[in-house]
Amino acid sequence: MENGRIRIALTGKPNAGKSSLFNHLTGLNQKIGNFPGVTVDKRMGSCQLDINTQAEIIDLPGIYSLYPRTLDEKIVTEIFSDQKSELYPDKVVLIADATNLKNCMLLLTQLIDLRIPTVVALNMMDLAAKSGLSIDVKRFSSLLDVPVVMINARKGHGIYELKRLLAEPLSASKKSVFQIEDEIKPVIAIIKNHFNLATDYEAYHFLQQTDNLVFLSHEQRAFIKAVAKEHQFFPHKYQGAETVMRYGFIQELLNKAIVKPSHRDWKRVSHGIDRVLTHKVGGYIIFFGVLFLIFQAIFAWAQIPMDFIDSSFARLSNVLSRELPEGPFFELISQGIVPGIGGIVIFIPQIAILFACIALLEESGYMARVVFLMDKAMRKFGLNGKSVVPLMSGWACAIPAIMATRTIDNWKERLITIFVTPFMSCSARLPVFTILVALIIPNVKLFGFFNYQGLVLMGLYLLGFLAAIFSAWAMKFIIKTTERSFLMMELPTYRMPRWSNVGYTIVEKTKTFVFEAGRVILAISIILWVLASYGPVDEMNDAKRVVRAESSALQLSEAEIENRVAAYKLEHSYAGKLGKGIEPLIRPLGFDWKIGIALVTSFAAREVFVGTIATIYSIGSTEDQPTIKQRLRSEINPETGGPRYTPAVGMSLLIFYTFAMQCMSTLAIVKRETKGWKWPLIQLAYMTGLAYLSAFIVYQVMS
Amino acid sequence: MAKNVAEMLPGETAIIAGFTDEQIGLKLLELGLLPGTAIRFNFTAPFGDPICVSVSDVDLSLRINEASTISVIN
Repeated sequence: MENGRIRIALTGKPNAGKSSLFNHLTGLNQKIGNFPGVTVDKRMGSCQLDINTQAEIIDLPGIYSLYPRTLDEKIVTEIFSDQKSELYPDKVVLIADATNLKNCMLLLTQLIDLRIPTVVALNMMDLAAKSGLSIDVKRFSSLLDVPVVMINARKGHGIYELKRLLAEPLSASKKSVFQIEDEIKPVIAIIKNHFNLATDYEAYHFLQQTDNLVFLSHEQRAFIKAVAKEHQFFPHKYQGAETVMRYGFIQELLNKAIVKPSHRDWKRVSHGIDRVLTHKVGGYIIFFGVLFLIFQAIFAWAQIPMDFIDSSFARLSNVLSRELPEGPFFELISQGIVPGIGGIVIFIPQIAILFACIALLEESGYMARVVFLMDKAMRKFGLNGKSVVPLMSGWACAIPAIMATRTIDNWKERLITIFVTPFMSCSARLPVFTILVALIIPNVKLFGFFNYQGLVLMGLYLLGFLAAIFSAWAMKFIIKTTERSFLMMELPTYRMPRWSNVGYTIVEKTKTFVFEAGRVILAISIILWVLASYGPVDEMNDAKRVVRAESSALQLSEAEIENRVAAYKLEHSYAGKLGKGIEPLIRPLGFDWKIGIALVTSFAAREVFVGTIATIYSIGSTEDQPTIKQRLRSEINPETGGPRYTPAVGMSLLIFYTFAMQCMSTLAIVKRETKGWKWPLIQLAYMTGLAYLSAFIVYQVMS
Repeated sequence: MAKNVAEMLPGETAIIAGFTDEQIGLKLLELGLLPGTAIRFNFTAPFGDPICVSVSDVDLSLRINEASTISVIN
């Protein structure tokens, strides 16, 4: 305890209503960080329990017991078994699903044995009432020696009582559930004394899962293993017996505390919905219908706020350029930083909408069914049913998508999912696709109904998806593992989603994007701006003179000359030199140095392509899409005398952008999630190599 | 005769007798699949895998290879 603030951890099994409770307790006072050393989101928030007491609330990942299965779950075990940890809670709230008490209590009995002061929040009392279940809460509480509060986390009932209880002093339960067998008592005593631990059960966990507890040093682990070996302690030997013993205790307790069990058919509605949603044919039709709706939402509805953001930032940049005094520093602000931030903000609508959809599916319980429906098909490709969510999120942005892979417990499947997710066409590719498709595909309708341009666009998304799936399939054979893959998960009862929870998810994911991807995008866009604005001094200083001399014969307006100067400067800048430098490399794909510059600048974010193209062809503003299209159409290829943007070049570019890894922020996240440079570098080489090869083939075949 | 959960038919109920795979068994125990508890085979996913079972009022999804390690009697 520090300065009167107490630390409270929320824990419980998945789907018990932990997030709802966390949101109710903390409101918008939430911050998301990372647990030290590992990449698991740490949700924390503050809560005023009463006038005198403020609490720091930590939301822990959902678990069934202290024996972890996934990366997320390991954190919980670590926090509860390390009293010296700075995150070790003063008090714990265990959220239990009243309709499914038995499953929730395994963890509770473990916390009791660890002597951690715990309060049980008995959630979903409304459903319990509906199911006819009746619990003698007082008895339940006294049998466990743990205070119990009934709550309805969705509606916020009982939160006040819970807060009041948490503000008061709380002592740990004096019960002992797990009786350690006599034969291992000596070895427990050694560990307990050596590490100066408070409880036998803590010592038991040191022995049971030595490798899962990362706070132990190398020497400490070696010591534990040596002691275990000497006393013939085999970690797996006792775990099953422990679980059975705990469930025995739980069953006995529930027999006494449950006055009336729930009647069997309260889940009838939910089972009825399952018959439709997991139907052999109907299930897939509905799933693809839902996908279609999500697509519609991302593309049609997000366009309105995106256009608004786009024009606002362009205007702001223009105003600043005009109003600020001249000088490199102010140019950096108006032309480097402001558009850089705009390039991040513009993706927020799509990301917010996509995560709103995903949150809705998760809240309602449908997402578990999607995993159920897709598991077998996904496994054929080396993925897991749980890969569906990351892959879908990849349509908005690969960064939150890659973070969403943490729920996959098998390392190989998780790695493959991380590896292939960037193939899913993210929102940054869309502006590039839109302009190129409009350029090379005639705006006519097939059968008077299907728009050709729309079909090509859809085809590109499909192509990205197929690249993801088949790369996953290939990786299945390359990566070797001895780790086994599991599915085993609960299919929660269907419920109406809570809108406020959806809202919190949107805020959380958007923040993640802005701060994780945003800072990389901003940094790179500033570097690129510098590269594109500066070049060898004499050449840059010459720009105005040369352009004026060249165009003196043409009756150009002041603005047109300005645009030409900008184009001349870009051509002679460092970025321009880079573009020219890679020209020999990209010539086989049908690209010239101008496209080369756009490829180079795309490394900050792919959609920068459009802006770069606009500058290089002296268009001046990117707001005017028809102008860009017209200008590109009239661009002549000096070698052929025909248009530069032939269908072959356009297609080649489209394919290149579909496959290429052109996102530094994604690489940074992959590096963090895979803990090293190996995988992001392989990913960069593979994706860009595939892009190059495919674009090469497309161009050579088509031209 | 002993059989396993993967061999059950939709709608069938049986009693869990034990586990043939230690690693999977430990995880299933934690989810409340204790020997002596009733298990109901609800339905399968469209391609026959995974399956949905109910144990003490909880619906769980299991892959066939996981289900086949649970031996049951009925």
